[in-house]
Amino acid sequence: MIRFEQVSVRYEATATAAAVPAVQGVDLEIPEGELCLLVGPSGVGKSTLLGTVSGLVPHFTGGTLHGRVTVAGRDTRTHKPREVADVVGTVGQDPLAHFVTDTVEDELAYGMESLGLPPGTMRRRVEETLDLLGLNELRDRPIATLSGGQQQRVAIGSVLTPHPQVLVLDEPTSALDPAAAEEVLAVLQRLVHDLGTTVLMAEHRLERVVQYADQVLLLPEPGAAAQLGDPAELMALSPVRPPVVALGRLAGWSPLPLSVRDARRRAGPLREELAEAPDADSAAAARTHTEAPEDRHDRPPQSPATDADAPRPAAGSPSRLRSRLRAALLPAPRRDPHGKRESAQSAQSASWIRTGNERTEKHPEKGPRRPHARSLAHISGLTLSRGAVTALHEVDFTLRSGETVALMGRNGAGKSTLLGALVGLHTPTAGSVTVGGDDRLTPSRTRPGQLLRHVGLVPQEPRDLLYADTVAAECAAADADADAEEGTCRDLVAALLPGVSDGTHPRDLSEGQRLALALAVVLTSRPPLVLLDEPTRGLDYAAKSRLVSILRALADQRHAVVLATHDVELAAELAHRVVILAQGEIVADGPTAQVVTSSPAFAPQVAKVLAPGRWLTVPQVRAGLRAVRERGGPTGGDEGAQE
Amino acid sequence: MHPGAWWLWALGLAAAASRTTNPLLLMLLCAVAGHVVAARRTDAPWARSYGAFLKLGLAVLVIRLVFAFFLGSPIPGSLVLVTLPEVPLPDWAQGVRIGGRVTAEGLVFALYDGLRLATLLICVGAANALANPARLLKSLPGALYETGVAAVVAMTFAPNLVADVQRLRAARRLRGRNDKGIRALLQVGLPVLEGALERSVALAAAMDARGYGRSAKVPRTVRRTTTCLTLGGLLGVCAGSYALLASQGAAYGLPLLLGGVALAVAGLRLGGRRSIRTRYRPERWGARAWLVSGAGVAVGAVMVAAGGAFPDALHPPAVPLTTPILPLWPSAGLLMGLLPAFVAPLPDPPSPPSPPSTPSSRSPSAPEEPAP
Repeated sequence: MIRFEQVSVRYEATATAAAVPAVQGVDLEIPEGELCLLVGPSGVGKSTLLGTVSGLVPHFTGGTLHGRVTVAGRDTRTHKPREVADVVGTVGQDPLAHFVTDTVEDELAYGMESLGLPPGTMRRRVEETLDLLGLNELRDRPIATLSGGQQQRVAIGSVLTPHPQVLVLDEPTSALDPAAAEEVLAVLQRLVHDLGTTVLMAEHRLERVVQYADQVLLLPEPGAAAQLGDPAELMALSPVRPPVVALGRLAGWSPLPLSVRDARRRAGPLREELAEAPDADSAAAARTHTEAPEDRHDRPPQSPATDADAPRPAAGSPSRLRSRLRAALLPAPRRDPHGKRESAQSAQSASWIRTGNERTEKHPEKGPRRPHARSLAHISGLTLSRGAVTALHEVDFTLRSGETVALMGRNGAGKSTLLGALVGLHTPTAGSVTVGGDDRLTPSRTRPGQLLRHVGLVPQEPRDLLYADTVAAECAAADADADAEEGTCRDLVAALLPGVSDGTHPRDLSEGQRLALALAVVLTSRPPLVLLDEPTRGLDYAAKSRLVSILRALADQRHAVVLATHDVELAAELAHRVVILAQGEIVADGPTAQVVTSSPAFAPQVAKVLAPGRWLTVPQVRAGLRAVRERGGPTGGDEGAQE
Repeated sequence: MHPGAWWLWALGLAAAASRTTNPLLLMLLCAVAGHVVAARRTDAPWARSYGAFLKLGLAVLVIRLVFAFFLGSPIPGSLVLVTLPEVPLPDWAQGVRIGGRVTAEGLVFALYDGLRLATLLICVGAANALANPARLLKSLPGALYETGVAAVVAMTFAPNLVADVQRLRAARRLRGRNDKGIRALLQVGLPVLEGALERSVALAAAMDARGYGRSAKVPRTVRRTTTCLTLGGLLGVCAGSYALLASQGAAYGLPLLLGGVALAVAGLRLGGRRSIRTRYRPERWGARAWLVSGAGVAVGAVMVAAGGAFPDALHPPAVPLTTPILPLWPSAGLLMGLLPAFVAPLPDPPSPPSPPSTPSSRSPSAPEEPAP
């Protein structure tokens, strides 16, 4: 159906980037009626490859296409995007940028009108599509008033009505909450099964989609040859993989399981083995293990430790990151209660180790609730209405230092509004918000410059925070904004984003790098409370694991971190506490393991596979296994073989 | 219902408003328009623009009064309310006055005049709130369709821009900078424009990928004929309207205008052949549309006719000051404008409140902050 013949795409050299091929030597054919998942880390040209199918690359984006792409027999070199519009339907990353009209029904009809279908056919197909996507109640609604998941479904519906043979989707579920994502995926599967549509999609959140894929098209690294094949086989080679696959690799299962169901069927022995591991402090054990790899210093360097499930980011080990971050944040006003630090850098890392060990010895279970944890923000009875809409209703919430909280809930549940209230973007309708610990500042009435020292927010679109045209200028501006010493922000950037040169334009950074830069800008004023809104949108697993180590380092330095996220895996890995919002009210608030395992929508894959055991992440399982094997003698040892 | 019917109705009301300065009649017209809007508007974003038009009308009225107060009025009056100190102006500024006597007659005249303008605006606002402007553009002939889409896209540009400015100003606050004042606005200007440009390019790509601009093959002769017809027609229309409006030449003005219109219509029809577009559920001009538009036209016609029959009642004189009376028959005629409140289809029941999707959109009551 889609045929790539020796395809490579090259963009013109710009001032900052050399003319490297975005895609190289793709030579394969995607058969009809398959759901094909495009997998690869950031920057391997997934979006470019998708663009070649609809003809937008190179007709719209520029660049040079070598080779040939044929879709249903039409060569995209000779056919403009509008001339393949009847066989290819394309939905980009941002559904809002896709809409031409302003109501749902008109939007569904738009493509058919352009193609000149007869009115009777159009009417019938609009009705069919409304039913297929469950949009019938929304048919007259203005698109601007829909939620994210609804908009995504309308965007998919709008390209379905012309009955394309091929559907091309770029990250269709990244912005959606777990339930909405399932909805969209169910629709896609139905299209493949019922209508024989060929679907080609790229998605970073593999844990959501890989089980639905018939084929995987793997782009392992920039410039490497693309491979098309069976998902289970290619997942074994892929540098990015969802937790269930990582678990399968850890346990040495073959073929690798792709869905929770597959994994559960094989997980019997693993569950039994893990049952012997001390379940209760497993979380703490795993956290110590991944969080405090300073014991690595004592070991030989080749220890098969921590992060086998995630490719190592270029920056080096988390411990190095932590010490660099610590150095950058060093002249902090707060003194480490444990640290009798002298002056030199070596002494810092020593005190660091002591902190980690003391904590695990004294409070193995409680993790973040250290005796000196102080309250950083307090919300009581907060109600926030905008017009007729009540965004938050009687919310009570307290944040302590050193605590990482994941704020979850469906799109539009009030997560972003809650974060906004903490930084004074919204004035409470009723109730109170105070930040700054004992200073008890009301964010909406505090001068931004003063508030900056107490709480910082990285918004959903980190680019909104960046105005300058070079990284160096951005850092200088951040120092000036925060009244910090010159170079504070640059040091943070060096810690969080090693290897980025001063002259780089923030726009040229990848999604993950831009997030790190925005985070560095926010951290320049050393706020004890750091808020992040949807930080993992558009991040691949490598960027995500890097973010995880940054945030853990922050929490260990007694920052409180709040994440509003749809990413259950991230929450499981990082958060001490999970708060679930629904319709502006807090419906669950408690330790991660408890909250997350009690609801299937928010349970991470590992928890689903190993239920009823309370294991949340692959590193926890690995630590648990090691504990069991160390106790029972070296029985297994095959985990090391995976590396 | 066809959006054109609402526009005809509103234009009829506006025509009626332009025919009178009687404040009672004008206020009756506003009440009629307001009642119909209240009874038949939806809760779509464009329907909320009615409030904005009301405020605009009020602003026009106030500005007109303020001008009359400070700059004087050409109306000779005897009832002096207050005498302001007059600014002496040089000879060349003769006829312009700043300050001086403020007469009740001048103010009343300005009030009548401003009220008429405000009523016109409110009528347009009513049409805007009742009929989706995008749907009106859908009724354009095929040859003009692509221009119409460009216009619709341009119209959605402004609200997006406003949302962007709000978001970026909120982000300035996150950087610890002030989010108030003109400087803050200027500093977000560039990122906002960048964002708007990116969005435009993304939308253009999406539209292209969905088949926008697909056209049928048309023989060259047809294309040329289309160009000739359209150009010739437009020239005819221009020349014809000039002749009609000029003091002489009205004799051949009308035929020229009609001929031009005919040529242009033929050109558009022929041009429509290039477009392969079809229309999804085109608006039908049904009985309700006839009634609604008929009500508007009737209101306009009644006022035009009443202009001859009750000249004094429709234009109550400001000099000497008289109490305006409410003429019975024209008022009864205006009430015909209420017909759409009964015959137009009811809007759908209000949809459930939308979730707040934009994270940083600020609540209307912006926080007060002490000056730094």
